[in-house]
Amino acid sequence: MNVQPILKMEGISKRFPGVQALHDVHLEVLPGEIHGLLGENGAGKSTLMKILSGVYRKDSGRVLLRDQEIEVNNPHHAQTLGITIIHQELNLMPNLTVAENVFIGREPNRFSFVQWRKLHEQTRQLTDRLGIHLPPTTPVRNLSVAERQMVEIARALSVKSQIIIMDEPTSALTENEVEHLFDIMRDLKAQGLGVIFISHRMDEVFQICDRITVLRDGEFVGTVQASESSADEVIRMMVGRPVAEFFGQGESHPGDVVLEVRNLSKTGTSEDPQKRVLSQISFRLRRGEIVGLAGLVGSGRTDLARCIFGVDPRDEGEIYVNGSPAAIHSPRDAIRAGMGMVPEDRKLQALFLAMSVQANTSMASLGDVAQWGFISGGRERQVVGSYVEKLNIRLANLDQRALDLSGGNQQKVVISRWLALKPQILIMDEPTRGIDVGAKAEVHALMRQLAQEGVAILMISSELPEVLAMSDRILVMHEGDLVGELTREEATPERVGAMMTGEESSLSVGKYEEA
Amino acid sequence: MEQSAKLPILRREGRIRGLLSNQAFSLFLILILMWLVLGLLSPYFFTVNNVLQITLQAAVMALIAAGETFVIISGGIDLSVGSIFAFSAMVAGVATRDGLGLGGAIIFGLGAGALLGLINGIGVARLGLPAFIVTLGMMSVARGLALLLNNGVPIFGLIEGFKILGQERIGGIVPVPTIIVLIVYIGCWFILRYTPFGRFTYAIGSNSEAARLSGVRISRNLIGIYVLCGALTALASLIESSRLNSFQPASGVGYELDAIGAVVIGGTSLFGGEGSILASLVGALIIATIRNGLNILGISAFWQNVATGAIIVLAVYLDRLRRNRQGV
Repeated sequence: MNVQPILKMEGISKRFPGVQALHDVHLEVLPGEIHGLLGENGAGKSTLMKILSGVYRKDSGRVLLRDQEIEVNNPHHAQTLGITIIHQELNLMPNLTVAENVFIGREPNRFSFVQWRKLHEQTRQLTDRLGIHLPPTTPVRNLSVAERQMVEIARALSVKSQIIIMDEPTSALTENEVEHLFDIMRDLKAQGLGVIFISHRMDEVFQICDRITVLRDGEFVGTVQASESSADEVIRMMVGRPVAEFFGQGESHPGDVVLEVRNLSKTGTSEDPQKRVLSQISFRLRRGEIVGLAGLVGSGRTDLARCIFGVDPRDEGEIYVNGSPAAIHSPRDAIRAGMGMVPEDRKLQALFLAMSVQANTSMASLGDVAQWGFISGGRERQVVGSYVEKLNIRLANLDQRALDLSGGNQQKVVISRWLALKPQILIMDEPTRGIDVGAKAEVHALMRQLAQEGVAILMISSELPEVLAMSDRILVMHEGDLVGELTREEATPERVGAMMTGEESSLSVGKYEEA
Repeated sequence: MEQSAKLPILRREGRIRGLLSNQAFSLFLILILMWLVLGLLSPYFFTVNNVLQITLQAAVMALIAAGETFVIISGGIDLSVGSIFAFSAMVAGVATRDGLGLGGAIIFGLGAGALLGLINGIGVARLGLPAFIVTLGMMSVARGLALLLNNGVPIFGLIEGFKILGQERIGGIVPVPTIIVLIVYIGCWFILRYTPFGRFTYAIGSNSEAARLSGVRISRNLIGIYVLCGALTALASLIESSRLNSFQPASGVGYELDAIGAVVIGGTSLFGGEGSILASLVGALIIATIRNGLNILGISAFWQNVATGAIIVLAVYLDRLRRNRQGV
């Protein structure tokens, strides 16, 4: 090979107290290459990237940037070397404008006074280069996740990065946004930059990456050409055993209607009080079925889930549980009516990171483990322990903090919190977002098992393959309307996709009528 | 492997390691160390009497710190405790003066503290205002009310029995306030560890949105927390009134800082969600020890402020180092 790599990491090792996080790991990125970095949670991807971006110091090994050995001392140093990392949790200041964020700390200035016109002009040049339209003066808080990513990429370009690390950039994007991001990544590639792409989504990895490096348990497993490999092979490399990416479709026998939503409407968000968020949504959920709720981000999927669970107030509409009206005005009401909800964002909406796995798991069911108003420690451990076992949650002991678990195990803790309540209805918003393939398969198997036990599951997912594989029935939302309902047999990616984008509708949108 | 990995999960952490990583215990070792050093510097220091004296001096601060610990764990802060302290004292004083007797004085005093705590709680929980703002307002309001109650004049003259609260010693040795502090702390420890209310206190401070989505009644619990803090502050104020033989409208100035200092030395995070009530007790004892020790060594009272402040910052810095090592 006569192309000189931009980046070479050789024999990298890193030890944390009690764990060998990385052992003799290699990574090589060529100019104009999109390089996939894969591995289950805890495999060492983040540690490797943190070493590259100067957050951690390596114990041994060499990092070569264009054949020059470098020692990355801190994140700022990494930036001056041309290494930029775009985190999953974006690092922008929401109250500053696009331009201010792009050039933060490096604003063009004369005698220490910011030259605003120049700042905005240069920002516009960068966004033009990315082919996006973002007014430089827009505050970042008004931007979508996808647009914020673009701001981060613009910032990376502005510091003349050679290597851009993207840590799960697509996990919060819609399909269209992902396509757009990939176009931009191809542009970066054409400009000769090296991109390191971390993702859990196999289809995307194979769509965009030239080569793929796989880590497992802190060890280097191998680097393969994407064109000569397959998802199966890569998954085998990641987990050391073959895993079905999606748990096969099980037999389900939908029973009686447990949840019925009639004419649920909501208008107004914090940004726009006039916006029609949900209009006249009506549907039913039966015992033992998994219903997939598909739609683009912003179509009202999550809003619907939140209104049903009493998190957000609804303007009108009734909710019936087991045929009788349920007065749901708070999550507590919903829980008492027999519901549980695994929210969209684990860390922000579900986990108590500094608290123990035990406390996290029992949070919603403390009443059941309390006697005379006191928590019975032994009983609590027993109940929690049984779910840890049932869900195969991997941890050292129940006192371990939620913070220290991998994403997949954290998600299982959140799920077991609801299982401890034995709910009839479980709403799961993005149940497998950001968790590795092994854990994903386990969550899917668990959902299937719960359905067989009679739980009705309403699942929201941005991953169309997941919706298609898991759902007995699919509801599709578009701009606040329920536009389609498809059985498993009717559902094809094309039809669901067409409905999501509003090109097709199988339902007459209108007021609910008594059947 | 899967099989053997399951059972040990139910076991608790190893005793020794658990003890050493226990914030209250490691802080207690530091306190013992301070006592040893002071004992070497002054022969008087290490007498039973003086150690009990320290617990007596720490009692008022410790009681307020207990309530403040709940508030801080829940992610809030209570700046009004010093003023609630004075207001409760004056209400108890008025009750005494107007012949409501010992029971009346105690009930009205504690009730006054709980009532102002209730108002704080409503402001934070129902109106959704930052605790800093609500209690900053209350700090001024309660001070004003305390002064209004008797036109800014202290009420002298304790009724029979009131002295027991602050001046009596059980068996002639152990001060009553020390006993009260012990009982209160055991109770608070139990509440935080073994009741849903205690668990929710941590949960609200750790992630209030997640707590709400888990069905926790946030505002009810928050109001309870501020009421508890107000009531414990009132209890502290009754003890001090008893010791001073009077009810002072100007009392309690700066006590919020002592209490917050004790909590913070105890390692409770001002961001909420983490903290240990027993560590707050040790924190209060550490502050009292510094003051007592400097007194005995004949160092000016002015230096005590300097030392207390420095110790608070140092303690938090050491705690930060300890946490970083544990990878928090």
